[in-house]
Amino acid sequence: MTDVAISVRDVVRDYRRPRTSLTKPGSVVHALRGVSFDVARGQRFGIVGESGCGKSTLLRIIAGLDQPTSGSVQVGGVEISRLPERRLRFLRAQLQLVFQDPMGSLDPRMRVRDIIAEPLVAQGHRDNISRVHELLDAVGLQPEAADRFPHQFSGGQRQRISIARALAPDPRILVADEPVSALDVSVRAQVLNLLDELVQRLSLTLVFVSHDLSVVRHVCDTVAVMSRGEIVEMGPIGDVYDTPAHPYSRQLVAAAPRLQAALAGRTAAVLAAETLAARALSSNASSRNAVSRNAADSDPKPTPPTPEQTTPPPKDAP
Amino acid sequence: MNRLSRGAEAVMPPPGRRSRAGVEATLLVGGGIVAAITVLALVSLVWTPYDVGEINATERLATSSARHWLGTDKFGRDVVSLLMVGSRTTLLVGLVSVGVAAVIGVPLGILAAMVPKWWGEVLMRANDLLLAFPALLLAIMLTAVHGQGVVTAMIAIGISSIPSFARVVRSGAIGVMKTEYVVAARAAGRRPIAIALRHVLPNVGSLVIVQASVSFAIAVLAEAALSYLGLGAPPGTPSWGRMLQEGQELLFVAPRLEVFPGVAIALAVLGFNLLGDGLRDHFDPRLEDRR
Amino acid sequence: MTAAPEHTAYPVGGMPPTRTPADTPPPADVARVRDLAVTVGHKPLLIDVDLTVRRGERVGLIGESGSGKSLTALAIMGLLPEDLAPTGSVVVTGQGPGGIARTTSVLEAGEHGLAAMRGRDVAMVFQEPMTALNPTMRVGAQVAEVMTIHRTVADRGAAARRAVELLDKVGLPDAAEAARAYPHQLSGGQRQRVVVAMALANDPALLICDEPTTALDVTVQALVLDLIVRGVEARDAGLLFITHDLAVVASVCERVLVMYGGRVVEAGPVLDVFTRPRHRYTRGLIGASDLDLSRPEGGLYTIQGSVPAAGRFPAGCVFRNRCTHATVECEAVPPWVGSGPEEGFACAHPVVHHEGGGS
Repeated sequence: MTDVAISVRDVVRDYRRPRTSLTKPGSVVHALRGVSFDVARGQRFGIVGESGCGKSTLLRIIAGLDQPTSGSVQVGGVEISRLPERRLRFLRAQLQLVFQDPMGSLDPRMRVRDIIAEPLVAQGHRDNISRVHELLDAVGLQPEAADRFPHQFSGGQRQRISIARALAPDPRILVADEPVSALDVSVRAQVLNLLDELVQRLSLTLVFVSHDLSVVRHVCDTVAVMSRGEIVEMGPIGDVYDTPAHPYSRQLVAAAPRLQAALAGRTAAVLAAETLAARALSSNASSRNAVSRNAADSDPKPTPPTPEQTTPPPKDAP
Repeated sequence: MNRLSRGAEAVMPPPGRRSRAGVEATLLVGGGIVAAITVLALVSLVWTPYDVGEINATERLATSSARHWLGTDKFGRDVVSLLMVGSRTTLLVGLVSVGVAAVIGVPLGILAAMVPKWWGEVLMRANDLLLAFPALLLAIMLTAVHGQGVVTAMIAIGISSIPSFARVVRSGAIGVMKTEYVVAARAAGRRPIAIALRHVLPNVGSLVIVQASVSFAIAVLAEAALSYLGLGAPPGTPSWGRMLQEGQELLFVAPRLEVFPGVAIALAVLGFNLLGDGLRDHFDPRLEDRR
Repeated sequence: MTAAPEHTAYPVGGMPPTRTPADTPPPADVARVRDLAVTVGHKPLLIDVDLTVRRGERVGLIGESGSGKSLTALAIMGLLPEDLAPTGSVVVTGQGPGGIARTTSVLEAGEHGLAAMRGRDVAMVFQEPMTALNPTMRVGAQVAEVMTIHRTVADRGAAARRAVELLDKVGLPDAAEAARAYPHQLSGGQRQRVVVAMALANDPALLICDEPTTALDVTVQALVLDLIVRGVEARDAGLLFITHDLAVVASVCERVLVMYGGRVVEAGPVLDVFTRPRHRYTRGLIGASDLDLSRPEGGLYTIQGSVPAAGRFPAGCVFRNRCTHATVECEAVPPWVGSGPEEGFACAHPVVHHEGGGS
C-alpha cells in the first residue's frame, strides 16, 4: 500500500441546517453520501462536478479541515479522519492547498513574504527569506514581490503566490480547488503550465478539483465525476471524456461549449438539446437510485449490486 | 463559481472608500484637533493663565475681555484656565476607559468567534447581560464602594463599554474566520492563537479603531454626565462635565458657561471620530495605489 | 399573438412574437455606438469604441477583465456612474408607444428619457441573478412590474397573467406556483430564467446580456443560452452578448467584437475571427483558451505577462507590452484596417493567413 497517497473509504458527511423551529431540529443535508477512491502516488487525480455536488466538502476532509460523519481517510497511510486539528502537523508538511479565489485566500494585510512563509513558520522554521525567494523564483515572480501586498498583483500573479505558499513546506501532495476558474483566459494557460511543470519537476501527487471537465482533461490522468455527494463515474480521463458512461457525465460533456465544435455548428440550441437528452437519461437513473438508496448507497469501486444495473457500471481507477 | 469579469466594478473604487487625499485630509483635521487638545492638557500641567483653585469674588461672571478671553464663572475663575485643566480629566477618562474596554472586549470578541459556536453564544449572552446593566448604576455602585473620583468613573465607563467592543469584534471576527486566507492558514498548520493574532486581529483592527473613536466620544459624554450628577470628578477637580453642571443654574444669565465646555466636548468627540476614521483607512494596505 | 413553436418537449420555450415577419421593418440599427470614450480622472477606460447592433442580429463582445466590455454595455444602457465622463455618441432605436420608432441619444438624454428607454427599448441581463432580483418581492410581481411601468399591458391583472405566461415560457416548472416564490426559494438557474423573463417582458429591440451564465453550472448554462437565443429570435430583437468565454460566444453569436484595454481590437463574423484571427491579441487569446492545443515544446500556448489594471494599458497599441511582435511602430495607435466598424482589426503586424486557411 506504499504507493497509495490518499485513500478515501465510505466517507459520509452530513450537515445539519440551522433550526428554523424551536421544537424541530434543523434538517440534515447529505453533502457526501459514501465516497471511496484511492489516489496513487504521482497520480494526477481530477474531481469534477457542479456547485453543491460535495467536491469542496470532500476536499476539505482530505485536507483535514473538516471531519467526515463516518468513513475513513488515510493520507500517506495515516488515518486523519479522527484526528483533531492540532495533531495534523504531519499532514500539513505532506499535503498543501491551492484555493480558487487568489484574492480571498491571501490575507490582505500581510506582505507576500509573510504569506509564503506562513506554513514554514507554522512548522517552527525561522528566517525563511531565502526560501521565500527560491519559491518566488519557482513560480516565476521577482524577488521584489516579497515586500508587496497581495492587492498589488494581478489575479494570475496572486495565484502564483498562492502556489508558492503551498509549495513552501515541500509537500508531496498538492490539492488544488478550482485554481484557474477565477483567472483571465490569457493568464489561465500560464498558471496551468506552471502547475504542470511543478507537479512534474517535484514529482507531486495532484488532486485537482474543478467544475470544468476540459481543464481537468488537460491537467489530470484520472477523473472522478461527482453528483449529489456521490462519485458517479471514475476512470482514465480520456475514457470518461470521450465516452462518458454515466448519464450525468454525459450531461456534463454534452453541455460544455467548445470553441471548435461551436464553429462547426454546435449552436446553443444543439447544446441545450444534447444536455436535455442526457438529462432525461440521468433523471431516470437517479429515480431508480433513489428507490434503493439506503440499500447500497454507492461504493463506486466494485459494481454496485442493484441500483445501477441498467446503467453501465462505473470504471475502476487504474 | 467563476468571478472572472466584474467589468465596471473592477474599475470603480469600492463604495464608501475614499481617495488617498480624502483620507489624508481626514487624518490631518482629526489629528490636529486631538493634538491641540493634548497640547492644551499638557501645557495646563505647567501653566495656565490663572490658578483655577483661586476664587475671585470681584470678577464673578465676567464676560469676554482681554484679561479673561472667555470670561469667568460664578466663582470668578478664568474659563480658559478651567477648560485647559478640564481637558486633562476628559482625555484621561476617555483614553483609560476606552483602553479598559478594548483590552477586555477585543480578546473576548475574538474568543467568542473562534470557540465552538455554542460556547460563543454563552459568552455573548453573558456579554448582553453586561450591556443591559446601566452604566450609571454601575458607577453609583462603584462610587459607594470606592468613593467618588475620576478613577471610579473611568473604570465604570470602561466596564460598561466592554460589551460593545466584544459584540463588534465578534461579528467582524466571524467574518474573518470564514475567509479563505484563514482556511489557508489552518491548512498551513497555524495554531488558533497564531491565527487570532496574525490574521483575525489585524483584519478586525479597523472595526476596533472605529469602535474606539465612538466609545471615546461616549466616554467623554459619560464623564460629563457622571460629573454632572456629582459621581465623577470631585468638586475642585475641573472637568468639562463639571463645568457644564456648574453652569447649568446660570443658563439664562450666562449661557456662555454652557456653550464653551459644550463646544469643547463636541470638538473633542469630532476630533477623535475623524482621527479614528482616518487611521482605519490609513492602515488599510488596499488603499495604496495599484502598481 | 401566435404561439411560438416549441423546439423540444421541454419547456424552454421561445416567446410569442408580437410582430409577424411581414410587419418587420428592414434591418435597422437598434444600437449605434460611435467614438465612445470614457475616462475616469486621466485614466482612459474606453477609447474609440464603435459598435452597431441591428434587429435580429446576435453580436458578441468578448474580452478579459479591464477590457471595457461591461462598461460599453453600461454606456448603452445609460447606466455609467456619474464620475465617468463619456464622449462620442450612443443612439438606441426601439419601439416607442404605439409602435412608432423611438430614438434615444443615450449620452445626452435626461434621466426621464433614459427611464423610458430602459426595460422597454433595451433590457439587460446581468451576471448575478440574485442581485438583479429584489429579495423581498415575489418573482411574479417583479416580472409584472416591468410591464406596468412601461404600460405595455392593459392593467395589473393582465400584467400578472402575462407574467405567469412569461415564466412558463422561460421554463419554470409550474409557473403559477413559481410566480409566488421569492428569489431565494429558486435555484440559480431558475433565478436567471426569471431575470430573462423580466428582460424580455416588454419585447425590447435590444437585449444586452453581461456574462449571463458565468455564475451558473455548465448544464444550466446550456439551457439558459438557448433560452436567450430563442427569446431574441422570436422577437427579432438585437442581442449584445458580453462574455470572456470564446466557446460561449461562438455558440450564441454571428458577429463578434474583441475588446482589449478599452479598445475594440478586432471585429468580424464569428467564424472568420475565430478561425482566421488577424490581431495578435485575438490570436493569442484563441491559442491560450484552447486546452487541446499544445506547443511543440509542451504546455499550452500562453500570452506573456498579465492583463494590466483598467486604465493602465500602454499608449499606442494597447497590447504591445505583451505582444511578441511589437515594434517601435506599435507606439502609435494602429489604424483600423477593414471594411468598417463591423469587420476589421487594428494591428500593425497582423497575422498573415496563407491560402487554405491554416494559421
